[in-house]
Amino acid sequence: MRLKVEPRRQVSKPLQYATPPLSVLGTVVAAFVLFAIMGYDPLRALYDLFVAPLGNVQGLSELALKASPLVMIGVGLAAGFRANVWNIGAEGQLMMGAIAGGGVALAFYGREGWWILPLMSLAAVAGGMAWAAVPAFLKTRFGVSEILVSLMLTYVAEQFLSYLVLGPWKDPEGMNFPQSRMFSDSALLPVLFDGTRVHAGVLVSLLVVVVAWVVMSRSILGFEIRTVGLAPAAARYAGFSQTRVVWLTLLATGGLAGLAGLFEVAGPIGQLIPKITPGYGFTAIIVAFLGRLHPLGILLAGLVMALSYIGADQAQVDMGLPNAATGLVQAMLLFFLLASDFLVRYRVRLVRPAATSEPAPAQKATA
Amino acid sequence: MEGNLSQTTLTAGHTAGTDERLDLRGITKRFPGVVANADVSLAIRPGEIHALLGENGAGKSTLVKIIYGILQPDEGEVRWNGTPMIIPNPHAARALGIGMVFQHFSLFEAMTVLENVAIGLDSPEKPSKLAERIRGVSAAYGLPLDPLRDVHTLSVGERQRIEIVRCLLLEPKLLIMDEPTSVLTPQEVGRLFETLRKLAAEGCSILYISHKLAEIKALCDRATILRGGRVVGGCDPKVETASSMASLMLGAQIKPLARRATTALGPSRLVVGGLDLPADTPHGIGLRGISLDVRAGEILGIAGVAGNGQNELFLALSGERTVETPGTIMIDNTRVGHLGAERRRALGLCAVPEERNGHAAVPEFSLVDNAVLSGHRREKLLAGGLIRAGRALDFATRIIKSFDVRTPGPGAAASSLSGGNLQKFIVGREILQKPGVLVVSQPTWGVDAGAASAIHAALLSLTSEGSAIVVISQDLDELLAISDRIAVINVGVLSAARPTASVSLEELGLLMGGMHEADVAKAASPEREMADAP
Repeated sequence: MRLKVEPRRQVSKPLQYATPPLSVLGTVVAAFVLFAIMGYDPLRALYDLFVAPLGNVQGLSELALKASPLVMIGVGLAAGFRANVWNIGAEGQLMMGAIAGGGVALAFYGREGWWILPLMSLAAVAGGMAWAAVPAFLKTRFGVSEILVSLMLTYVAEQFLSYLVLGPWKDPEGMNFPQSRMFSDSALLPVLFDGTRVHAGVLVSLLVVVVAWVVMSRSILGFEIRTVGLAPAAARYAGFSQTRVVWLTLLATGGLAGLAGLFEVAGPIGQLIPKITPGYGFTAIIVAFLGRLHPLGILLAGLVMALSYIGADQAQVDMGLPNAATGLVQAMLLFFLLASDFLVRYRVRLVRPAATSEPAPAQKATA
Repeated sequence: MEGNLSQTTLTAGHTAGTDERLDLRGITKRFPGVVANADVSLAIRPGEIHALLGENGAGKSTLVKIIYGILQPDEGEVRWNGTPMIIPNPHAARALGIGMVFQHFSLFEAMTVLENVAIGLDSPEKPSKLAERIRGVSAAYGLPLDPLRDVHTLSVGERQRIEIVRCLLLEPKLLIMDEPTSVLTPQEVGRLFETLRKLAAEGCSILYISHKLAEIKALCDRATILRGGRVVGGCDPKVETASSMASLMLGAQIKPLARRATTALGPSRLVVGGLDLPADTPHGIGLRGISLDVRAGEILGIAGVAGNGQNELFLALSGERTVETPGTIMIDNTRVGHLGAERRRALGLCAVPEERNGHAAVPEFSLVDNAVLSGHRREKLLAGGLIRAGRALDFATRIIKSFDVRTPGPGAAASSLSGGNLQKFIVGREILQKPGVLVVSQPTWGVDAGAASAIHAALLSLTSEGSAIVVISQDLDELLAISDRIAVINVGVLSAARPTASVSLEELGLLMGGMHEADVAKAASPEREMADAP
């Protein structure tokens, strides 16, 4: 007896769309069992994780706040993934964007003016793009895997940020804490609703979703990206340049990640600190796949993942659930998603080698 | 063609009897929305070479897959030597003594012949012993093969020998050959036929699947003809004419091509002079000093055995690979050597690659998207970077209508079309763009006779509008039928083009086999030709 994996003849379309909700359900069930084993009240933990944050304005506004960078980066990553460009270093691009944009804020420290925020945004986009340009150049020029380069550059960015806030950019009045000055008012994102931390960046991420949707589904550029990903030879035949698509998708993702980074430091944080992200750049990879690489799906997926962040905080405060629970829940979600995707495309069969690999006389056999 | 092949019982169709090696009775196989085989009966005797004829989509592949254990019939019975059998998988089929040589080989290029054969065996064997057996079988059946050669150094004909030897090692009682000659030179075809006849003389049954009616006439004892999943008749191919078999297969008389009298040719539209292009992969073929000149209203045929630089030539002409010297390739007196595919398309050069899936079309895309793929520029399907959905739909619909593409609609995925229908769509897509120069590779490979003649007619009518066409094909009959002049490509070198009327099949075959024009007269022995093969 052995297990055999074989491709399904017909891949069910509805099922493909059903896998994200199914994997959320799977995660809930598995988390229930896990929390029970760990000795926590599983129902209460799940309530804290997935329901409690939705019950009040505070929770909802935090949801929007945390979903915004995930969605923005996820949309960019998805465009790349469609073209088989595997940028997994959005985290580093996010930090470089925050550094570049934050640098502008610090350079104009104490100055007021409407132009400071746009300038910071431009710098942030440029910073993220510059960081993404490295894997793009190495891939298109020397065929180096963008997966490794983009990932490793994340650690470089992390060290660079630490160096800045511990050294040259350290707040002179900051009691030697590793952090920059607080940004001036002109360098901070306007808050949309009083009493919450929801800032203008949330609107930008919604705009990004709409633009990405139009570009990916209606424009020749999106067509190009999809063609390069599905059939590189057909793309060359059509005259689409793979090099161009690699550059474009990496730069777009880098720019969006950089902007998302800026929105963190110019939004809820208000200064540069060594750790400006709880891993948004990596979580956005899950968001992109959970959202089926479609901008609207990514919007929903971003909200779900944001919920897991906020819910874990809630559970930590409420019942002392370890913080690692966030990572656990997110990882389970990705696992269930990949597993159910696999099962939609393939089926697993139990086969008995002895019984099936010999030709057998039919039942009516006279022999 | 003598010996045991002179059987007299040539009655067509199914005859009951216990001396049949394979006896299919009332085989029916349904797929969602289509009946691939309906009540198909077929009997093959020991030592018989039996042809299975039919258009694409007639159900040949399904039937063969049932015999080889890849598919299970919904109804009907498979009898092997008189005993009803269930053949659950290919392993079981091989255990019974059924061998199959597929149209597309499954070989690992970087491995030796021996390693490739060893991988395909159901029970492992000692390499030294296996090498000895390979040598034995290849000597016995006239299939020269060195077990220690790397596969990537072998010609297509030699690769096919590996597949055949792999089957013969199992001492098959029934050998299924799926379109075996599509990649061979006429000389190689001759050698293959000798091997098959020898096998048959030893009592091995052969099920021979082919579109090439002349081959079936030359080789086969009986033919079963499928149309729309049903057996529409059987015949003795030696008695029938090729065209009578074709009409049985198609269900209607096919129109002979109305080859127009060569009219006065216009000016040169595509000129290539001294094109050199290095190989871009370790096992690729570099182009050396390619020169050609195609005039308005003319079809230039390029013959050659697969893997002699046809792909590279196609890519160099379509603009998917460029050269640094612009003047090497000229479209209507414009230097385009350095321009990519899209710029060349704008100048009037359209192209149809050999590979439909993933090159000429994106299988996952709808037909509308596939129309956009190459038509977005010339058909003005874009506005401000956005795709004009209405115009794209119109264009796709026009292709479907004009070229009789059978599909549920323009929204259907390209992968849902049969090979012939997709090919009609692709050829139609390029022709409707009214190209000044059209480069077509293998326009009718794996396409049924009806679709093939429609494609040929479309190409001919395009020339009458003043286009210049280059057809790269391994099908000599096709080239002889439609080209005005023919050149042969061998190891990246293109021979001078000659008027079709003045070349003989034998001459072309020798050129394709690597003989230089001076050697052609000497008509070298097949051994020599084999040793020289790239």
